Amino acid sequence: MKLTTLMTSAAMVLGLATGAMAQDKTKVGFVFVGPVGDGGWTYEHNQGRLAVEEEFGDKVETVFVESVAEGPDSERVMTQMALDGADLIFTTSFGYMDPTINVAKKFPDVKFEHATGYKRADNVSTYSARFYEGRAIQGHIAGSMTESNIIGYIGSFPIPEVIRGINSAYIHAKKVNPDVQFKIVWAYTWFDPAKEADAAKVLIEQGADVVLQHTDSTAPQAAAQEAGNVITFGQASDMAQYGPKPRVSSIIDDWAPYYIERVKAVMDGTWESTDTWDGIGPGMVGIGEISDAVPANVKEEALALKDKIASGEYHPFTGPINKQDGSAWLAEGETADDGTLAGMNFYVEGIEGSIPE
Amino acid sequence: MIRLEKRPQPSRALSLSTPIMAVLATFVFGGLLFAVLGKDPVEALQTIFWQPLFGEYAFYYRPQLLIKGAPLVLIAIGLSLGFKAGIWNIGAEGQYIMGAIFGAAVGLAFYPAEGWYIFPLMVLAGAMGGWAWAMIPAFLKVRFGTNEILVSLMLVYVAEQFLASMSLGLLKNPEGYGFPGSRNLQQYAPAHNAELFAGSGMHWGVVAALIAVIFAYVLLAKHRLGFAIRVTGEAPRAARFSGVNPARLVLFCLGTSGLLAGLAGMFEVSGPSGQITIDFNVGYGFTAIIVAFLGRLHPIGILLAGGLMALTYIGGDIAQSNLGLPAAAIQVFQGMLLFFLLALDVLTHYRLRIGAAEAV
Repeated sequence: MKLTTLMTSAAMVLGLATGAMAQDKTKVGFVFVGPVGDGGWTYEHNQGRLAVEEEFGDKVETVFVESVAEGPDSERVMTQMALDGADLIFTTSFGYMDPTINVAKKFPDVKFEHATGYKRADNVSTYSARFYEGRAIQGHIAGSMTESNIIGYIGSFPIPEVIRGINSAYIHAKKVNPDVQFKIVWAYTWFDPAKEADAAKVLIEQGADVVLQHTDSTAPQAAAQEAGNVITFGQASDMAQYGPKPRVSSIIDDWAPYYIERVKAVMDGTWESTDTWDGIGPGMVGIGEISDAVPANVKEEALALKDKIASGEYHPFTGPINKQDGSAWLAEGETADDGTLAGMNFYVEGIEGSIPE
Repeated sequence: MIRLEKRPQPSRALSLSTPIMAVLATFVFGGLLFAVLGKDPVEALQTIFWQPLFGEYAFYYRPQLLIKGAPLVLIAIGLSLGFKAGIWNIGAEGQYIMGAIFGAAVGLAFYPAEGWYIFPLMVLAGAMGGWAWAMIPAFLKVRFGTNEILVSLMLVYVAEQFLASMSLGLLKNPEGYGFPGSRNLQQYAPAHNAELFAGSGMHWGVVAALIAVIFAYVLLAKHRLGFAIRVTGEAPRAARFSGVNPARLVLFCLGTSGLLAGLAGMFEVSGPSGQITIDFNVGYGFTAIIVAFLGRLHPIGILLAGGLMALTYIGGDIAQSNLGLPAAAIQVFQGMLLFFLLALDVLTHYRLRIGAAEAV
């Protein structure tokens, strides 16, 4: 435990030092899993970082390291940021969970914020976005606009986050179009333009005229554009360059308000460990401009749906909903609880195929 | 007109001095790159090479060098044996993954039992996993004459799919709320490859890497098998006349490199990483190929090369964070270092002749 004490004392010395220099600069670190130019997940986190700089100007200093592998590399990068005097560190990938907890133990005076995880500590908060709310709107538009009644879905990994999105999109597509059918391809990557393009092409060949993606590159958009009559939705980032068609709308991750709020809390000394799971209402999930390729009445319905979700009047998982095997999940009018949603590992009734293991 | 002329004997002096020349050339061109990006080149180089070793927080980074370097050295030692004999195992990444899966699976199977025997069994399983995965290309080559480069490389992708399947299915943490990834072995003491002395970075994988270096050195310098490896690489016909059995050599070289890669994976998953996850592998098996060549396929050279690679990774991350250098610039810098090392290597075997070519 020698190192721990050493580092704790180093951190304390640093804490004192920054305390003395004080108040002038709060140092905020960001650990990114991809390159900041990925146009998707990491890009949006970096936008959040830039918003923090903009908001606080000279009072804040931000540092980041991009393309950090999950595991021991991320642990080293976080430790390094803490040693170098960071007051608050955002770790922006699920795989950073255990490393974040490990490093947080060694630096009790540094605050950590881990995206999409479930492990917390006195100095570790978690935060994530309710992307499934945006998926409901995508499902509505997709179900309304498909002519072949086949909707393609590029999944990244079969984890609760992704399965939630598939279920939400399916439920709302089915509501407006009972004949709709989902074809799901697992790409086993978050970001791999070549694989994503292949997946999109396979789906289009199988007759899909709508392609939804839970991967971060714009490759599926390009594939859809090439194929012609196919519509898509931007993922994580707006991907507006592919509008008005194939990209007809998008789900945008907007981390800026949350990041600004948390940095402010550290500055004010009011930071506390919390678990945040925000959706369209607080603005963490944004719905990108619905383009003119969408019929006016569909657009209107979609926007109405968005407002109802934002105000909390409607929950995308409202019963009656059965699980894929036909067993009852939610009774009439019942809404899903966050625990079940967080660990969702089943398809809802009507989706074909099984979740790979 | 500049020509290359083959030296009758590789130059020993150059062989020793080219690495230093390469590092200097990298400093110059890397410094230029950083200057173009608007950073102070001296500060950038100092951050990458000096900070981890002698900077303010060297007490933390020095152990990290061992953690980052050990798997590279362990894998590269195994690869170098085959490379010397002209047997090309490109799939160490896959063998690394399989070693990790086998090792972790044995550990997790015992959870939550206590017992001194759990970790040794995991070591054994990890070694076997890597060995068995490498035996596939070895057997196919010996039996059917397939190309071991292609087969071993393709098996990397198979192993990756296997890894994803394990993280999502069989080895998934039952208390992980449905998220992919196994239990964390760091939190299961009998299976934890902990540091031998807290804060030293010395875990069993580092020990294994050092033993492998000594083992390879003795094997190549003293043992008949080492002679067979060297002579096969340099003069395959002569090797056959001197009674070397090529099939056995293939099995030995691929098997050993697979075994060591498997061990590296096992020590990583039970120690620094802790978990089987979809993204468990971060490219050690491929980087080790570079390390093997950077170290001139010599055990001591590999040890130094592994340390150098680890240093650029760790220093590179510090430079990103402290100086705001983009990750891509760091990668270009690392690429430059390798490029100059290998390019200048030409000079040990060839000499430059300036002047008109002789008429043919």
